[in-house]
Amino acid sequence: MSTFIQTLIVGLRLGSIYALVALGYTMVYGIIRLINFAHGDFIMVGGYTMIFTIPLALAMGLPAWTSVVFAILCCALVGMTTELVAYRPIRKKGTSMTALITAIAVSMLLENLAQAIPAIGPNPVVASQIFSTGGFSIAGVTMEWTTVSTIVISAVVMVVLYQFTQKTKLGRAMRCVSEDKEASILMGINVNRTIVLTFAIGSGLSAVAALMYMAQYPKVYTTMGMMLGLKAFVAAVLGGIGIIPGAMLGGLIIGLVESFTTSYVSSSMADTFVFLILIIVLIIKPAGILGKNVGEKV
Amino acid sequence: MKKRTGKGYIINTAVIAVIIVAFAFIKSAFGGNEQFRLIIVPSLWQCCYLIILAASLNLILGFLGQLSLGHCGFMAIGAYAAALISLAFQRAGVFTEKAGPAFVLVLIGCILAAGILAALVGLLVGIPALRLKGDYLAIITLGFGMIIVNIINNIPFAGQEGLSLGSASASLYKNGLGFGTASKVTYLWVALIVTLICLTMMFMFIRSKYGRAIKAIRDDEIAASASGINTSYYKIFTFTFSAFFAGIAGALYACANATLSTSSFAFTNGGILNSTFIVVMVVLGGMGSLTGSVVSAIVMFFVNYQIKNGLWVKSLPGFLGGIFAYPMLVYAIILIAVIMFRPRGIFGTYEFSLLNFVRDIKEHRAKKALQKAGNKEAKSND
Amino acid sequence: MTESKKPVLETRNLGITFGGLKAVQDFNIQIFEGELVGLIGPNGAGKTTVFNMLTGVYLPTVGSVILNGEVLNGKKPHQVVSSGVARTFQNIRLFKQMSVIDNVKAAITKDIKYGMVDAMFRTPKFWKVEHELTEKAMDLLSIFKLEGKADQLAANLPYGQQRKLEITRALATDMRLLLLDEPAAGMNPTETAELLECINAIRDRFGISILLIEHDMSLVMNICERIQVIDYGLTIASGLPEEIAKDPKVIAAYLGE
Repeated sequence: MSTFIQTLIVGLRLGSIYALVALGYTMVYGIIRLINFAHGDFIMVGGYTMIFTIPLALAMGLPAWTSVVFAILCCALVGMTTELVAYRPIRKKGTSMTALITAIAVSMLLENLAQAIPAIGPNPVVASQIFSTGGFSIAGVTMEWTTVSTIVISAVVMVVLYQFTQKTKLGRAMRCVSEDKEASILMGINVNRTIVLTFAIGSGLSAVAALMYMAQYPKVYTTMGMMLGLKAFVAAVLGGIGIIPGAMLGGLIIGLVESFTTSYVSSSMADTFVFLILIIVLIIKPAGILGKNVGEKV
Repeated sequence: MKKRTGKGYIINTAVIAVIIVAFAFIKSAFGGNEQFRLIIVPSLWQCCYLIILAASLNLILGFLGQLSLGHCGFMAIGAYAAALISLAFQRAGVFTEKAGPAFVLVLIGCILAAGILAALVGLLVGIPALRLKGDYLAIITLGFGMIIVNIINNIPFAGQEGLSLGSASASLYKNGLGFGTASKVTYLWVALIVTLICLTMMFMFIRSKYGRAIKAIRDDEIAASASGINTSYYKIFTFTFSAFFAGIAGALYACANATLSTSSFAFTNGGILNSTFIVVMVVLGGMGSLTGSVVSAIVMFFVNYQIKNGLWVKSLPGFLGGIFAYPMLVYAIILIAVIMFRPRGIFGTYEFSLLNFVRDIKEHRAKKALQKAGNKEAKSND
Repeated sequence: MTESKKPVLETRNLGITFGGLKAVQDFNIQIFEGELVGLIGPNGAGKTTVFNMLTGVYLPTVGSVILNGEVLNGKKPHQVVSSGVARTFQNIRLFKQMSVIDNVKAAITKDIKYGMVDAMFRTPKFWKVEHELTEKAMDLLSIFKLEGKADQLAANLPYGQQRKLEITRALATDMRLLLLDEPAAGMNPTETAELLECINAIRDRFGISILLIEHDMSLVMNICERIQVIDYGLTIASGLPEEIAKDPKVIAAYLGE
């Protein structure tokens, strides 16, 4: 029984990281209908930024986790640059397929560029402790502080983000652009600016995800975002891409599937099960669990 | 029209015959040459399977207009199928040495079986996957590609460690159809002829009702079905057909490599062989041009070879040299540049034909001249 | 003349709802052999939705589509085509990166009697069928005088010819009933007159029935034998053109109340 609960907790923790990353995918997909393959690599960018800025934060007498502020800024910058330099020009003249291939290319570029930078290099870097160690235990189940803070932070971020898209002017603009670009222009919404800001927010979220990932697995390497990003994307599709609550739901499901497969079946089969669930859901309900089916207009 | 077709056959057959004779001559002349044996022949083997891979993915990407990110999964199936079947035959004592008619028969059988098995899996994957389109199809094929590799990983006799461990328990190099340097030279004809046959089959496919139907689906799926084309049938058929060739490419890969390891067939990795790299080759050559895929596979192989082994790379200054240490970085930049400045790839949808080569060049020149004249006119009007 | 014959196409209480919105309700129409019927209505009345139900793009929520006594409901678009219904689209949908002749050849799916083996080995059968296809396609292209453009890319045709090519492609399917979705959209009056002339000629040459969508009433008055008017998904009138022109409900729908 305690194994079960432990697995559940691990799943929730993993799931909340996936959910945060999935949010970034969902926001970008919602607004420009593009799978931003490079999103996973933004996590890597965030991770390395923190590696470099943690000493800075400590020197200023702040706790290690405050370096996430730098990471958010850096990720947002990288995200906006990607949109401006690569995606926007392609969107203007290419098809959705060329846009997708560009996204894959950008992902490849980021991963390999990081390796080519001498200060980063291809070898993993071990991160320092981010949250205080220790925890508490109830009825034989140990809860680490890291786990608690991961779940709490991601829950808070998601609620704030949801409120943001519902209540603020920019959030409403985002929803408008994702519904209908032309109509948004007519309503006086600056579509391009909205898209750039969406990229900024989505990429910023991946920095938060990087923080939580590093708190759990204190290792940073250039391809760390690949599998993480892919699974988060699976989570976004699973919940219904473009829908914020869908990303949360999908993230939690993927996290739980992974942790239960790992502890009850085999760790090497975890990825297979994750993708198997994606395939089943896509075949039964292509728009995802919470998604609505929208056919092509004839 | 009929006359032209006949003429085309004669010219093509003649050119192929000349190439084969020239090749036999080169082989007998340079067969003992160290460089020929150690560099050129292995390179040709690699080029062969890269060409088949790129061309077969182009059927899906360029002609059917669907993005599949799991092509290497089918290649993996082909490679493992060919390797395991050949090992089984050897254990059964059908052949002991890599020579003689029995071995050649087994070799050809293995290549065919690899293709057929990959096609079967392609069919199984295609039926559910092709109900989806665009981004969803891309992601679901990526998922299938990963699952295939993952399953091979967990098969006890194939295994994560490659075929050098596990119950197959011996490297292909010594047993089965893995070729050493000498056998690669001896059986180079197999690779070349298989490649030639595959390419011919794909050309024939494109220039028939099948090609017309899938190009129609690419351009407008709704209009295609409203014109009486059974879109799901043609999509699944093309996917299976393409997987067949990916399997054959896998068999050639198994021949050319002493050991197999599933990490070679991943979605991306540091090496040249992964699903992403094949997409790069196809986009670069031109989505919708088999000629483009062939040329771009050779060019990309050459670029990759130069980056890895070229002396000039080592003489590059600091950071630039650092970039070339990561070939995928170079390909990423090339890919983005091609999509931005020449979205249809280098060849677009142009197909090379010996018969029409002269005419095509003339047409191209005339077009260029016309464009120039048009530009001048526009300028003088300003 | 039409009363004695059986209808080619018949719909019974056809209706479809999209998430609670009743897009089309109780749609009944009968089209007899050789007839040219107009389906008109203001923008957004549900005309194209009717076409989509007839051609299998949408599955009707209620009612049935019957073609020559055969129920078409639930058939896929390509099966509907092989039953003998072809269509064009309001916003032209051509195979843009294919040549004009290939656009037509792609739609001739009935006569192709060769398989993979014939295609791979280029058997005499393959050449014979391909030769026949080319001849048939050229023949069809000559209806709209497009034969000179056979080798051009469809995307490079001027707008008017693209419309004509789309109709040619529909003809290539060997249908008995042709559905035209606003064929004159975006054309000037001279082009329109010429096109309508051609439509009449096609009907006489192939002996087919035609259902024509148009939102401009004056266009269809001259050539259609019968007209059905829908508004907000409901049939508000049907009958001869002169009756329709006088119908107060139709006038109200077009002018607004």
